[in-house]
Amino acid sequence: MTVTITVEVNGESYTNDVEPRLLLTHYIREVLNLTGTHVGCDTSNCGACTIILDGKAVKSCTVLAVRANGGKVTTIEGLAKKNGELHPLQDAFWEKHGLQCGFCTPGMIMSAYDLLSNNPNPSEQDIREGMSGNLCRCTGYHNIVKAIEYAAQKM
Amino acid sequence: MIPRAFEYHAPTSVAEAASLLDQHGDSAKLLAGGHSLLPLMKLRLAQPEVVIDLAKISDLSYIRQSNGGLSIGAMTTYADIESSADVQSLAPALAETAGMVADRQVRNMGTIGGSLAHSDPAGDLPAIILALGAQMVTSSSGAHRTIAADDFFVDLFTTALQPNEILNEIQIPALPSGTGTAYAKFGNKASHYAIVGIAAVLTASGGKCQSVRIGITGAGAKATRATSVENALTGASLDGATIKAAAQLASDGIDFNEDVHASAEYRAHLTRLYTERVLLEAASRAG
Repeated sequence: MTVTITVEVNGESYTNDVEPRLLLTHYIREVLNLTGTHVGCDTSNCGACTIILDGKAVKSCTVLAVRANGGKVTTIEGLAKKNGELHPLQDAFWEKHGLQCGFCTPGMIMSAYDLLSNNPNPSEQDIREGMSGNLCRCTGYHNIVKAIEYAAQKM
Repeated sequence: MIPRAFEYHAPTSVAEAASLLDQHGDSAKLLAGGHSLLPLMKLRLAQPEVVIDLAKISDLSYIRQSNGGLSIGAMTTYADIESSADVQSLAPALAETAGMVADRQVRNMGTIGGSLAHSDPAGDLPAIILALGAQMVTSSSGAHRTIAADDFFVDLFTTALQPNEILNEIQIPALPSGTGTAYAKFGNKASHYAIVGIAAVLTASGGKCQSVRIGITGAGAKATRATSVENALTGASLDGATIKAAAQLASDGIDFNEDVHASAEYRAHLTRLYTERVLLEAASRAG
């Protein structure tokens, strides 16, 4: 059994036949070949798979692709401008060295994007609480917080 | 991790969902926010043959004022409850509890109805739902019924819902003036699940407790009331020593969980300690 879904991803519309059990993260990575969204823990703890679905940050490893039918998705690939100019959050993670190995970074940036959309001037505590669904195993939280503070000033 | 293949339905009305449940019986599972069911399906601890997705039913997600209380649609997310001005003013600790569930991504998907129907022993919401004395409204083909919170949580992952029933709405009664609400938990650092979580709804007058309801989650197989504490405190003075003495009864009658996170003895200690803390908080808010 397959289901036909139409999803707008980073401004482009895609229509595909998918198995109902296909997870949104695998749809994004393996059907659309947008591999910036990472699979970390695969148990909705680490947040590496965070994307924006209909305006809200969600863990795409715990959403069925069929659930996104008719919806809008933004992934890390959708943040920079077409001319390659980085989004202020991407620039901030670069400037403030908000990463070490980089594996958690796409999820960190998508969560921060959701956080700043709802709270443009967060305190450090707001950021630490708001980002508690994203784990960095290089222990780089300090610079991640600095990067989000820096981006909030620039946005 | 990939779930076992299943047949997928996305009905657009409760009646259609109820008819699908009648048709498929025990082989079907209802999908709400998916943040309990999908992890179980990925681990293949749950292997439903049919999944009935409630997301396309538009009239299951709402928060309305109703007779001084609240009516909340079962598919309303934690994030919507946390940020609702109506919930913040009419049942403040419910908004606070919703804001303490897991993390913001999970709160954007997880729903009040999914959480209650799943009845996870470490879920946050059952404690405050018990303390508020909420009513659960359900539908099945051609029938509706209302289940009191006290009768809803039956056992580990087991509620009073029948296999053909859908939880539609959670009704929160109006709180009398002079009522304070509070929830606090000792959470798991990684998952934020409640190792022990306590909710209290306390009505005070002239420094005395008129009435109090206390809900406990995380401690045993299911969320439960702390009736011995409630009885000890009702009519009593709300000073620190009286509250502390009453809170010592909170661990009475509970068969405590024991796991890698906390021993039964430690959970019993946390139950007494957090009961004291939420009672002090609820009493100070009751004014």
